[in-house]
Amino acid sequence: MATTIEPTLARSANSGAQPLLSIRNIAKSFGQNPVLRDISLQIAEGEFLTILGESGSGKTTLLRIIAGFESATSGEIWMEDERLDVLPPYRRRVNTVFQHYALFPHLTVEENVGYGLRVAKLPKAETASRVEQALAMVKMTAYAKSKPAKISGGQQQRIALARALVNRPRLLLLDEPLSALDANLRRQMQVELKSLQREVGISFVFVTHDQEEAMVMSDRIALLRRGELEQIASPREIYGQPATAYTAQFIGHTNLLQGDVKGGVVRCHSLDWPVGLPDGPVLLSLRPENLRVVHAAVGSAGVNVVRFHGRVCHQAFHGSTELLQVECADGLKLSIRTATRENWQGDLELEFSPEDAVAVRKSEERT
Amino acid sequence: MFSRAYRAAITVPPLVWVAVFLLVPYALLFCYSFWSVSPAQTIVHSWTLDNYRDLFRVNVYLQTLFRSMGIAARVMLFSLLLGYPLAYYLSFYAGARKELFYQLVIIPLWVSYLVRAYAWKTILGSDGVLNTLLQYVHLTRHPLDFLLYSPFAVVLTLTHIYTPFAFLPIYASLEHIPRNLVEASHDLGASPFQTFWRVIFPLSIPGVLAGATFAFVLSLGDFLAPLLLGGPSGIMISNIVVSLFGAAYNWPLGAAISLCMLLLVLALIYLSESLEKKWSFR
Repeated sequence: MATTIEPTLARSANSGAQPLLSIRNIAKSFGQNPVLRDISLQIAEGEFLTILGESGSGKTTLLRIIAGFESATSGEIWMEDERLDVLPPYRRRVNTVFQHYALFPHLTVEENVGYGLRVAKLPKAETASRVEQALAMVKMTAYAKSKPAKISGGQQQRIALARALVNRPRLLLLDEPLSALDANLRRQMQVELKSLQREVGISFVFVTHDQEEAMVMSDRIALLRRGELEQIASPREIYGQPATAYTAQFIGHTNLLQGDVKGGVVRCHSLDWPVGLPDGPVLLSLRPENLRVVHAAVGSAGVNVVRFHGRVCHQAFHGSTELLQVECADGLKLSIRTATRENWQGDLELEFSPEDAVAVRKSEERT
Repeated sequence: MFSRAYRAAITVPPLVWVAVFLLVPYALLFCYSFWSVSPAQTIVHSWTLDNYRDLFRVNVYLQTLFRSMGIAARVMLFSLLLGYPLAYYLSFYAGARKELFYQLVIIPLWVSYLVRAYAWKTILGSDGVLNTLLQYVHLTRHPLDFLLYSPFAVVLTLTHIYTPFAFLPIYASLEHIPRNLVEASHDLGASPFQTFWRVIFPLSIPGVLAGATFAFVLSLGDFLAPLLLGGPSGIMISNIVVSLFGAAYNWPLGAAISLCMLLLVLALIYLSESLEKKWSFR
């Protein structure tokens, strides 16, 4: 994960300034079929917000409502003091990078990039110099006279980005722009896109189904599930403190443990440890990397760890780490991420710190 | 993959068909155009350029050819003016009624050409539907005589008949425009009007060219509409060819005119196809 320092977030939080965009109780149905339910969120100036969700979660619909290609069934969208959702798309100071780029096939790269400036009837000289700058920014100056069909997918992607940014929008919407690229180019573009966003300081709303991509790039992640906002938080928080079982499972791997709290102690299978939770059943998320293998050399358990034994029943090599499936005596099965080793076998002594087992809400099933 | 015998069995019949009914007649036409007719009304099988000389020397042939091109050009223009907005509406705004409207455009094609031409005769005639109506509401006192047996009647009828042919390729090209290009244009600040002129229209040009070619070529060679509705002032080049092959018994001159028409049409189709290629991007 990239180190995401959040100066922009801090600034907007401190100043108490108005958010750039606020989405208020947006709902959308197609016929009888609700796609979005009561979505409210705010986007700060200069923020990189990712809308994350699996297919059918409504993430693209939400983006299309912000852009103006769909109208919400109810709710409002405000950009500072201007109500946005009542304006047609061509009056919104919002630009979009489309999933399949949507470059105009009959125009050259240069004409594509200058399209927004030409329809806004900017002076020719200014249009030309801004197009030139935008092409330089995405390192595509050499292709100015090419037609989109003659350049590669990655290059088309850059042109789509330049075509949107050249208009200096307040907000840039990106609809899974990297999904058509192969893995290597994709990782490279993630880094480029993020540094470009810092450079231009424009707020980005980025839609993706790829949780890793969301983690690498975002200031905050808004996780959508079946049309509802499941959780919105920074990548570190959403990973470390998932609010629901769904979030914990969708973002990274996790072990979900069913436990019972009685008098400040949670009991889960044969394990127990002290918690600060009210009595009753509880669901806990424990990340595989928070489980450690205890080597014989290390002495007795510390005060604040839970120790137990388990048998390795499956091992999967992940390059830099190893993912083990471990079965405990009482039938409890856990995933554990460890250092790589050719052959993990037999009985292991394992431990984790109680604070790493995070209580999560059960994600209720919806239809 | 298939045996030689099988391949021969499926390819030979159509090739024979094309040879017998297309290549041989064209070759004959070509030969005839360089032959002549004796005063005794027999074909003289010796080579001469007289027919082509006559074609450019006798005024009535060139005049009729130019009139035919004028009529074809007007039919083309009106078919595009009617067909384009219709295709645009259907493709972008008709929504659920798309299929219905599409069928409404197609169904007239199933009605015999002759029936449709006759229908215009009963509408436009001096005691036809239109004139009767105009006099009944006292807009005119006498029947309007330019309505029938005039170039006007020919243009009107041919436009009615060939508009679907202009409509179909335009509609197909509009349907092929990815809708996200329209969204991208709006997203970049272009109004619907700007989007039409900067994105939709340029991308539909191949369809417009194909439709224009259909309408022009089909009406240039038409002979039924001028025969039924044209009158003396609405005669077209095909009528002359028909009479040269028939009553006048001058097959060589008829062949020469036909061959010139053929070359003209081929040149137009070639031009239109190379323009279409220039304007297509996939």
